[in-house]
Amino acid sequence: MSSVETSPATFATLDANEAVASVAYRLNEIIAIYPITPSSAMAESCDEWAAAGKPNLWGEVPRVVEMQSEGGVAGAIHGSLLGEALTTTFTASQGLLLMIPNLYKIAGELMPLTVHVSARSIAAQGLSIFGDHADVMACRATGCALLASNSVQEAQDFALIAHVASLRASLPFIHFFDGFRTSHEIQKILTVSDSTLQQMVNEEDIAAFRARALSPDHPTIRGTAQNPDVYFQGRESVNRYYDDLPAVVQSTMDRFASLTGRQYHLFDYHGHPEAERVVIIMCSGWETVCETVDWLVESGEKVGVIAVRLFHPFHVDSFVAALPKSVKAIAVLDRTKEPGSLGEPLFLNVMAALAEARSPLAGSGRVVGGRYGLGSKEFTPGMAAAVFKNLTAPEPRHRFTIGIIDDVTGSSLDYDADFDLEAPEVRRCVFIGLGADGTVGANKNSIKIIGEQTPLYAQGYFVYDSKKSGSMTTSHLRFGPSPIKAPYLIRNADFVACSQFGFIGKIGVLDFARVGATVLLNSPYSPEETWQKFPRDWQESILAKELRVYVIDANQVSEAAGMGRRTNTVLQTCFFALSGVLPRNEAIDQIKATIKKTYGKKGESIVAMNYAAVDAALAGLQELKVNSAWATPLETAAGRHRYFEGAPDFVQRITARLIAGEGNLLPVSALPADGCWPTATSRFEKRNIALAIPSWDPAVCIQCNKCVLICPHAAIRAKFYEPAALSVAPVEFKSTPFRSHDFPDQLYTLQVAPEDCTGCSLCVQVCPAKDKTNPRHKAIDMVSQAPLLAAERANWDFFLQLPDPDRTTLKSGEVKSSQFMRPLMEFSGACGGCGETPYLKLLTQLVGDRLLIANATGCSSIYGGNLPTTPYCQDSDGRGPAWANSLFEDNAEFGFGIRLATDRHADAAWELLRSLAPEIGDTLVREMLETDQATEAGIARQRQLVTELRGKLGQLDDKPEARRLAALADHLVKKSVWIIGGDGWAYDIGYGGLDHVLSTDANVKVLVLDTEVYSNTGGQSSKATPMGAVAKFASGGKAVAKKDLALMAMQYGHVYVARVAMGAKDSQTLLAFREAEAHQGPALIIAYSPCIAHGYPLHLGASQQKLAVDTGYWPLFRRDPRFAEAGQNPFKLDSGPPKIDLDRFTANEARFGILKNVNPDRASELAGHAQTDVRRRYAFYEALAATPETDQASINLKPV
Amino acid sequence: MNLTTRYLGLELRNPFIVGASPFSDDIASCAALEEAGAAAIVLRSLFAEQIELEQRALVHHTESASESYAEATSYFPNYEDYPLGPDPYLQRIQTLKKQLRIPVIASLNGSHLGSWVSWAKQFEEAGADAIELNNYHLATDPQINGEKVEGEILHIVRTVVASVKIPVAVKLSPFHASLSHFALALEQSGAAGLVLFNRFYQPDFDIEELDVLPQLKLSDSSELLLRLRWLSIISPHAKMSLACSGGVHHAEDAIKAILAGAHGVQVVSALLKNGPAHLTSLRDGLEHWMADHDYDSVEEFRGAMNLKRCPDPEAHERANYIRILQSWRI
Repeated sequence: MSSVETSPATFATLDANEAVASVAYRLNEIIAIYPITPSSAMAESCDEWAAAGKPNLWGEVPRVVEMQSEGGVAGAIHGSLLGEALTTTFTASQGLLLMIPNLYKIAGELMPLTVHVSARSIAAQGLSIFGDHADVMACRATGCALLASNSVQEAQDFALIAHVASLRASLPFIHFFDGFRTSHEIQKILTVSDSTLQQMVNEEDIAAFRARALSPDHPTIRGTAQNPDVYFQGRESVNRYYDDLPAVVQSTMDRFASLTGRQYHLFDYHGHPEAERVVIIMCSGWETVCETVDWLVESGEKVGVIAVRLFHPFHVDSFVAALPKSVKAIAVLDRTKEPGSLGEPLFLNVMAALAEARSPLAGSGRVVGGRYGLGSKEFTPGMAAAVFKNLTAPEPRHRFTIGIIDDVTGSSLDYDADFDLEAPEVRRCVFIGLGADGTVGANKNSIKIIGEQTPLYAQGYFVYDSKKSGSMTTSHLRFGPSPIKAPYLIRNADFVACSQFGFIGKIGVLDFARVGATVLLNSPYSPEETWQKFPRDWQESILAKELRVYVIDANQVSEAAGMGRRTNTVLQTCFFALSGVLPRNEAIDQIKATIKKTYGKKGESIVAMNYAAVDAALAGLQELKVNSAWATPLETAAGRHRYFEGAPDFVQRITARLIAGEGNLLPVSALPADGCWPTATSRFEKRNIALAIPSWDPAVCIQCNKCVLICPHAAIRAKFYEPAALSVAPVEFKSTPFRSHDFPDQLYTLQVAPEDCTGCSLCVQVCPAKDKTNPRHKAIDMVSQAPLLAAERANWDFFLQLPDPDRTTLKSGEVKSSQFMRPLMEFSGACGGCGETPYLKLLTQLVGDRLLIANATGCSSIYGGNLPTTPYCQDSDGRGPAWANSLFEDNAEFGFGIRLATDRHADAAWELLRSLAPEIGDTLVREMLETDQATEAGIARQRQLVTELRGKLGQLDDKPEARRLAALADHLVKKSVWIIGGDGWAYDIGYGGLDHVLSTDANVKVLVLDTEVYSNTGGQSSKATPMGAVAKFASGGKAVAKKDLALMAMQYGHVYVARVAMGAKDSQTLLAFREAEAHQGPALIIAYSPCIAHGYPLHLGASQQKLAVDTGYWPLFRRDPRFAEAGQNPFKLDSGPPKIDLDRFTANEARFGILKNVNPDRASELAGHAQTDVRRRYAFYEALAATPETDQASINLKPV
Repeated sequence: MNLTTRYLGLELRNPFIVGASPFSDDIASCAALEEAGAAAIVLRSLFAEQIELEQRALVHHTESASESYAEATSYFPNYEDYPLGPDPYLQRIQTLKKQLRIPVIASLNGSHLGSWVSWAKQFEEAGADAIELNNYHLATDPQINGEKVEGEILHIVRTVVASVKIPVAVKLSPFHASLSHFALALEQSGAAGLVLFNRFYQPDFDIEELDVLPQLKLSDSSELLLRLRWLSIISPHAKMSLACSGGVHHAEDAIKAILAGAHGVQVVSALLKNGPAHLTSLRDGLEHWMADHDYDSVEEFRGAMNLKRCPDPEAHERANYIRILQSWRI
């Protein structure tokens, strides 16, 4: 409730997630939560408020409890409702789908509940975190009322209306609004005060609800099993509640209007009173259509638009009443797709309503349905205008799409992409920044300042690209004298800023600028030098558009103020100075007040530092006035075309355009219909995000390859090769004699991929080779990328052409040797210094050429499978990991299914091979049957034999069995199925399935990338979160210890289990991967994975892992059932007893440090327990390692 | 027998002060030390610079990954509404003041003038009986001369003294060009006492890995000699209190420090090695020695061996040094 004044109603500037959460929090007693984008922020706010002791409307602090999945949440809220507690939750997308079974129950039992949903797409041909109505529309049959909000203001207001109406009607509500476009749009709105809440909430309704509680004092039974004699009647018994519901909602809306002046209706009409063409729509698109309607009406057209608030139950009379009698054609816009249906849900409801009302329109062919905005596709006034235009046709197109080019079924309507309806009095500002450079945060501050300190209205919306690090952010800000209703991106900005000089020439920054706009650039150069650095098209654009350009060296100003690369404060100050939205001095005072508010609790020195940056900003601001005497403009910057030379056709046609930001222009035919995309595309992206890259000194290098192993992005690699290969090497290509007895007279090179490196410097940190006379200098040092770029680019291209070593000759059990194997995962979008990807890369080095990956949704599915490019790649024979993501919760079962199919095919192939032996030849068949595929040599030999086999089968083409075997022959080479996911999946939502799969004898390998939080959704607590750490959903510090997943899996006995930490002991990691792969049964590896959610510089990830092991925080061990079979203790403890206290480890990480700041007593108490727990657990493992397996049952974990 | 002494204007029941150390983190340990005879306790030094660095690091690490990716616009909870507890250090002062009868002295190392003053005021408000300014500063910049270093210290002392009513002691390093002159200047700047000396962290080298190993070793009695010399030199001129810090492990060490002119004797390493009860043996040792030598009060022999009153002042000075060097030649 940071910015929401509870009483009286005031203006606040916030997004819908915060606005909705503020109402829901105050009106409920139990809040069950689980993270899912884009709803997580609602749950996070509630958790933070509860931790801070904020009361609800009745003076009590709601109990906020995280569950293991949305399915768990649904069960918990169902129980809580039966226990008479006012209950709520927040969710979206697959999360809402997981709640569906319980929503039927809750509705069936006539329980009051409001589920707040930031509506989001459902994963189908691909996953989308963005907004549409697929999730809520899947709930139509549950019996929940569906109430739609069109804006941030409405989302807040309807949160209250839904809650009150739900209690009055005794029915559950799904209150929804557009994910991201509304959930994440910041708007200046009028808040709902406590007093309004009190006046709206009817205590009698609450009392009636409580009277129905499940209680042994007045016992009842619910959930009976009903037979054919009564079930049907029972279903019909609720009809009256649904009949009454529309009136309940309308009366609640009326009551709300009487208190606040904001009147809503079940259906609201906007437009010409005698409209002939009407659009019907729900959620944020309503404002876009309204804006278009206003313009069309002003142009003399008779058009209008209806917003549907209460979608379900759809009240026919109210709908017909809202529809102008003059209407002759209707277009119904659905933000969802139901493939194969006669129309999408809103269209079907409208048609049914018109038919029921006996409207002649129903059979006229002039009521059409269309789809728009799926997965947050933009919906602009130009598109809305096209929808109205379609209705002027004698036979308007039905089942149309708008906003895309459908060249397959021709469904799409043409629209004017340049159509612009921006109001002249609205000031539009676009800021281009780099993720984490503070640009977005500063803009959010600016919106708050303008929204809350001036009479102006404000709107902010933020667009991020698909990479987790080094990503571009675009902030779209509007300011104006009246409420801003423009839920789409800005295209003609009055003010454009770019915080990264590196974007100049690469990103279309100036495309956002209108004629005469002001442009602010962060430039390390003087105005003249800056001009000379511009490519020609920039210079032309500046002159043609008459742009006023200002430059400031914000990096230098920020650095001088002690703020490093965070240029946000400096650029924010410049924005206020140039934009004139506020008088300059007032703006500076407001910026400082915000700084004080934001950082006051975090330290005076931080406040002082920011103040200094504000004060220094304006002095550094210079106008770039183009001088005709300045040097001739440069040629247009060279494109990135060279990377696509020789690329596969798909990459050139599709991937290249996605990379160029032209994905919106791709027609339907360009997209794979089944969601199956080619791999090995990340190499084409060349992001160039590293300011510094490692530079190799062969004279110091000891060729240990540890840098190669730890690199999260496969951007530093080693090869050895014949000296003759250097004959065509670039002049600056470095090499040195290879230190190897096995491969004498070879040369060795360590090479960086300069444009793919993220500059995380993990490699330099782990490098053990120091210059003996100047130990600060290592075999690799970080040096500025720019001066090295040209040479290293040539070196990298040459390096790639050097042959990979023969895998069969490498000792894959040695770390150094294993790192000559080609990684088949490269240049992912993972964060710089990511702790997960090194494990995945290692896996692909070991078995990538025969690897199938089932990947749970999460970070690893995002950096592993987020378009435009994906990192899993192929070896020189075109083999490589085959990767698929099903869901978050089902990954173990999904991988298990892949294994079943793979095994089935292999069994069939072996069977056919045996049966065809007489025709194929016994010698070949016997060798194939006997080849030991446990080694690289065996695999290679088997592949040769398969080729031979295919030759023979070609001659037996007339036999159906031979043709079948030819199709299955690849399965005669063994495949490796790895099930991969994070701790949120393995410990929480997917645990049931994981447990089941481990309980089978399936030959599947499970890799848990344990970051100890839900990293992908922003660091929410999981059962892997350690005691004493803060995380979202555990903002008061996690009170209980981490679940010991390894120990649970070990109980089965037949499961291979290992806990590893590559940065602490890479040899043990490698051994565990090899043992898991060799084990003929299920295996589980839990890999400690440093993450940005831990709060420390990730280049120190390896040393922090050493501390984790040395303190006993993360003991290393392996349990291999094969040892038990050999009569040995299967449990091997690979790390020694805790050598140092736990706080040496925890002191380095903000996730522990924060609690010391906000609640030192609790931090100290939890730290004490955590220390005891670490010792206790180690003692238990020690006992396991020391006790023969037969006696291990007597070992107990002692209580803390 | 009268073991009392006045240190920083505070009446102490004996000269033994628990110096700045981790003992102050634990209330039970402090109570045990008081029980064992401690006459005052100095809290672990608050390093404002470290606090500021930690605050900056926390802000940096929690913000640095934010607003990069649509699914995770932040990675840590927002504590805007969280009621922050009192600062742990100030809370510690308050708790110790409630629990203990002996004076509680807060210790401070500021990073800039503002932080020195701000913290000193907060210490006073929290109930500290005195403040020890821990002037731990390593002059590594060849551009900054000794005069400037000392000028800054004097400025800090003047400013802090002016901002609080409680007495302020200054803990110095031994590395000043003219320590007795500087001591006088500190006294003129308002310092109520001088603590000799600070012990620096003593980084060692790992000759295998070519790494620097930061560490702080506990002191031993050999370190006392440096203190004795400077207490002896400064005490004849000083009107302010003097405390010996570093090298007091046995009652004999404490006796020597008092003979050199110390009003108080700070003990840390010996207590960390031997536990709080060691204080009782130190106090008893002092008492026995005084009894054996017919001293009724500490004040009687305090400074008896300083440069002004010792029988052979030359032994403290250069002549002695030359003599010893010559003796090595023989």
